[in-house]
Amino acid sequence: MESVGKIHPSTLSAKDLHWHILWDKDKCTLCGRCTAVCPLRAIELGVHQKREITVKLGLMEKPGNVYSVYHGIDQVTEPAHACIGCGMCTQVCPNSAIYPVLNEEIDKLRYHTNSGGEPRRRGGRRNDAGSLLDRIKFIRISMLTDPALDAGRHEFELRTLLGRILPPEEMIEASRGNSWMPPVREIYPLIIGAMSFGALSPNMWEGLQMGVAYLNEEIGMPVRISTGEGGCPPRLLRSRFLKYVILQIASGYFGWDEIIHALPEMKEDPCAIEIKYGQGAKPGDGGLLMWYKVNKLIAAIRGVPEGVSLPSPPTHQTKYSIEESVAKMIQSMYMAWGFRVPVYPKISATTTSLAVLNNLARNPYAAALAIDGEDGGTGAAYNVSMNHMGHPIASNIRDAYLNLVKIGKQNEIPVFAGGGVGKNGNLAANAAALIMLGASGIQIGKYIMQAAAGCVGSETDRCNICNIGRCPKGITSQDPRLYRRLNPEDVAQRVVDVFLSFDSELKKILAPLGRSTSLPIGMSDAIGIDDYHAARRLQIKHVV
Amino acid sequence: MCRLFAVTSEEPLSPMVAIRALDVMKEGHDGSGVGLFMTDLGGDLEPFKGSPILSGIFSQEGIRKLDRYMMELGLLTKYKFSIRPSKEPPAGTPHRDVYLIRVYEYPYEWDGLSETEIADRLVKIRVALRKMGEEDQSMMVFSFWPDVIMIKEVGDPLQIAEYLGLDRKGLQARVILAQGRQNTNYAITLYACHPFFLQGVASMTNGENTAFSPIREYLTSRGYEGYMGYQSDSEVFTHILHYTTHRLSLGLDAYKHIITPLKDEELVRHPEGAFLRQLKHSCRFLTVDGPNCVIGCLPDKTLFMVQDSKKLRPGVVGGKPGMFAFSSEMCGLEEAIPLREKNYEFQPMKYDVAYVDASRMEVKRWNQWEKSIHPH
Repeated sequence: MESVGKIHPSTLSAKDLHWHILWDKDKCTLCGRCTAVCPLRAIELGVHQKREITVKLGLMEKPGNVYSVYHGIDQVTEPAHACIGCGMCTQVCPNSAIYPVLNEEIDKLRYHTNSGGEPRRRGGRRNDAGSLLDRIKFIRISMLTDPALDAGRHEFELRTLLGRILPPEEMIEASRGNSWMPPVREIYPLIIGAMSFGALSPNMWEGLQMGVAYLNEEIGMPVRISTGEGGCPPRLLRSRFLKYVILQIASGYFGWDEIIHALPEMKEDPCAIEIKYGQGAKPGDGGLLMWYKVNKLIAAIRGVPEGVSLPSPPTHQTKYSIEESVAKMIQSMYMAWGFRVPVYPKISATTTSLAVLNNLARNPYAAALAIDGEDGGTGAAYNVSMNHMGHPIASNIRDAYLNLVKIGKQNEIPVFAGGGVGKNGNLAANAAALIMLGASGIQIGKYIMQAAAGCVGSETDRCNICNIGRCPKGITSQDPRLYRRLNPEDVAQRVVDVFLSFDSELKKILAPLGRSTSLPIGMSDAIGIDDYHAARRLQIKHVV
Repeated sequence: MCRLFAVTSEEPLSPMVAIRALDVMKEGHDGSGVGLFMTDLGGDLEPFKGSPILSGIFSQEGIRKLDRYMMELGLLTKYKFSIRPSKEPPAGTPHRDVYLIRVYEYPYEWDGLSETEIADRLVKIRVALRKMGEEDQSMMVFSFWPDVIMIKEVGDPLQIAEYLGLDRKGLQARVILAQGRQNTNYAITLYACHPFFLQGVASMTNGENTAFSPIREYLTSRGYEGYMGYQSDSEVFTHILHYTTHRLSLGLDAYKHIITPLKDEELVRHPEGAFLRQLKHSCRFLTVDGPNCVIGCLPDKTLFMVQDSKKLRPGVVGGKPGMFAFSSEMCGLEEAIPLREKNYEFQPMKYDVAYVDASRMEVKRWNQWEKSIHPH
């Protein structure tokens, strides 16, 4: 028996990995494109010796053998270079000679991704394809008592409000007294959620912004986009397009020096200010931009040195209580824009959401509450946070809405939902379900990355390397060699496609329910689910 | 679809005028029930204008409970106009002991109370009686208010009217609202039968309001005990009107703007767009989603008709000075006022409000693009 060489505990075979590379020797032209494109160098050119035994007929000659050499592809089995299944090799192969396949068996790699005592960190998603939202059905179909509407020809008003809305009695009093009323924005209910300049590549960011501008100015859809915690490019801050942007401030305050300095030169107010206290993918954890991605441009916008990791603290360091956060931060942000811009917090979904909401309800300035569920994505987080921390969005949003109903303030503080909306591609259905559970609007991130830029991430731990700046599609990379793969114009076009098709699908859901004059927020009589306990928990119908 | 008919007349009319109008519209309804609202009463009840009248259906046990309860509160019976059917009820109509119409006298302790306080106490009493009656089905209470009578029952409107003797001479009113069907979309109960009434405000609706659930949640969370019931999606129209007039002190014009606000882009072009936009935002949870035709009556006896913003239901107003009718179908109007002046005839569209005030001289029209009638 030949020695297998030195093995140690983390020595793995290809069989132990999460993704296998299948390579067809007959089709391969040995062009080398796959090995060049692989973001993790998970495959390399291999030189193999092959022995062929030749046995001649008869007994005159003894069997002989010939050694030959052939070239091919080897899969690297070191954990640091394990295939991530992104499939870029397949994409560049001229002959479709190579592709990754998911291991049927649970991999052994997962036990070895902590070399040096450092737990696995990654970007992406929770790696759980289950979705309660997908199971919610729309069951109140208008039949003879009220005719179903024509989704294609009927007029629909699909707008939502972002801002603190005064109750009618107070509004009338304020109107008569000509006193201040909180600013309220009429916006499209699907918002592109917080993905920072830094987490995303410049091309991706530009594409999203262009798409949003086009939707607003050419199509007439008031779509809004949040910056995430990474500041905002100076030219955008000084442009008329700022009104389509929700500026986010988070615990690292990255980019806010630039924003504050741009204040006197702003031509337009931003749509709103979002104060991030938490995000669904890594609740209780701050933002994490790894040093690989902090190049000169990012460093300039964020006001930090180049090449250093930027872990935001888990909480706003100057605040020690919810009351203080609400009072100080929300009001000082209002003050910065002369009380003309709505300011609202974004939190991770949690069992303590209602405490936050009740506090906001008592503050006359809090403009909304955005809640991000456990299925939210991220550019970088600890694997354990992504997989195991957080609260599902459906019940959290429902509780929040019903709590507002209880105190009679369901119209005063809009609640926005995010986290896993459209995770299996059912964007409009998931969004409509959340709206009927009580959400005023929906935030999306991963969906738009997949649909507008071709992100290959999936719930099977595919790719998920947004954190290290080697995004093979150039979406989350700061390396020009990678992000030039992404054409901003193409991204913009896809953003427009996504919103237009979402709009049509949403109408296809609302029209049969007989709803067209307003967004069906809290229309829980229209939805049902086939799980008895989920139905009871969400206070919707149990349908089987 | 429910058939609706309302009439306002200088001369007091028998409810049979409305019942007959419903009967000619019968092709379109299944004759499964009738709801009557009468105000600005004439006949035997005319002398009791200022005293609250309790309307409802009571069993003998219910009457005993009622008497005990009212005695405790110091409310004394002033006049009884109740109907005790002696005949067999028509097929499909249950036998009831008493269709109560009873005038009460305010206790002397109430002297000096403000109108608002008295109005609130009347609602509290009605709601309390309704809840007491729900326990053993001994009482069903439809209204407790001065100058208002309500009758509701399951069955064919004309047969019920004959059975109850609604053509009796003393039963007359100048304003009558009538509806001819049990609701089909929720459980059949008399509390789901239109018209609905709250503190001088009454309305009835045909069609279905698909935004019912969030509106009901919004109204019930206003912290006002009169906002209850909701066995029918149409009850919210009455309560939104009550909210508009009583809580917000706004008028019929604002009611229309609340239930069917102009679109965002329309508000940009409206001279009062800034205020209306705020109103739309603040009352977002009161926006209805029809199809619905609403016929209603305000405390000042103004009758009105409005349509939802899709205008998918029929509705016509017409008549002559002194008598006007609001009908869900033209044949109902034709039956009630055959000799009318055609120039008053009007079918409100999605922006319109058609109304006839207590002077009954003309059909007034207002639409959402005009300046508000009531200052806000």
